[in-house]
Amino acid sequence: MFEKAVGSAPPTLADLFLGFARISISGFGGVLAWSRRLLVDEKRWMSASEFNELYALCQFLPGPNVVNLSVMFGARLYGLRGAVVAFLGLLSPAVALMLAIGTLYTRYGELPRLRGILAGLAAAAAGLIIATAARIAEPLLRRRPKPAHVIAALSFIAIGVMHYPLPWVLALLVPLSIAVAWAESS
Amino acid sequence: MPSGFGLLSTIAMQFALLSLFAIGGATTAVPEIHRQAVELHHWMTDRQFSELFAISQAAPGPNVVIVTLIGLQAGGILGGLVATLAMCVPSCALAYAAFRVFDRFKGERWQIAVHAGLLPVTVGLVGASALVVARAADHDWTMLAITLATAALAYWTKVTPLIALALAAALGFAGLV
Repeated sequence: MFEKAVGSAPPTLADLFLGFARISISGFGGVLAWSRRLLVDEKRWMSASEFNELYALCQFLPGPNVVNLSVMFGARLYGLRGAVVAFLGLLSPAVALMLAIGTLYTRYGELPRLRGILAGLAAAAAGLIIATAARIAEPLLRRRPKPAHVIAALSFIAIGVMHYPLPWVLALLVPLSIAVAWAESS
Repeated sequence: MPSGFGLLSTIAMQFALLSLFAIGGATTAVPEIHRQAVELHHWMTDRQFSELFAISQAAPGPNVVIVTLIGLQAGGILGGLVATLAMCVPSCALAYAAFRVFDRFKGERWQIAVHAGLLPVTVGLVGASALVVARAADHDWTMLAITLATAALAYWTKVTPLIALALAAALGFAGLV
């Protein structure tokens, strides 16, 4: 799958850890762009098309996409050891930072001076996720009305409005949606 | 609310299950995390949830760290670590296994159908995330205005979202929120 190296020497395990650690701490506003920049443009550990292919596979799988990407990239180089090292590189700096900030939040989050700041941040963060939702809905909405629109609406209502448990909703909607896509592909 | 080992195993089980149901990444899991953490287990209030979500968005790193913050709020440092590992390990194990077999099936009809079929469900889920987070965060018209302005900025321009977060924090600091 990934036989051809793109140019520079393959990274060692230490390179792998440090590379993903850098992605972790510089990944403001989405780690994906930073992963691409480091893995493809800067280090040349993989080509752009290899990256796209691997990322498409990660989106296909459940769980955090970029974390899956780190595991697969590490596994491709050094098997299980590489997977664990890349995973730890990507997660440990970000998790350590979150544990520190979260502890401060638990202790000081109710201080009057901080209340306004946190409320403002929360309102803006809600806006960011609306923009994300709009962006991924766009290609779907551009097509003429289709069963896919109904499925998207059902998934939105079941989870966002009715607050039904996710596993049940997915157990119903995913097979239905795949069956529709299967029928349309013939 | 259970404590100690009982609490940690609850956290581990919730997030390990969620790991396998988070199609399309951590963002689609946000409504379910909210349901578990606020509605079911009462680990935190709506407001705290929206603030922790905001912190996870403002910080660097993969957005799965929202889970770290939720676990931390529920069960301290250990809770944060357990939640993060539980959210990542099952799906990573799957990724590790899939990476070996996936290539063989590339381009087959069923695979294309699975991919196309997951998209509308994911779109609905991310929309639901937006609704859940906005309802938890916005308590008056000013906050709703900040939310909508940020959404417009992030959707129609290419400026970094950190600017919107910083402006909103500044408004809050000035006592306007």
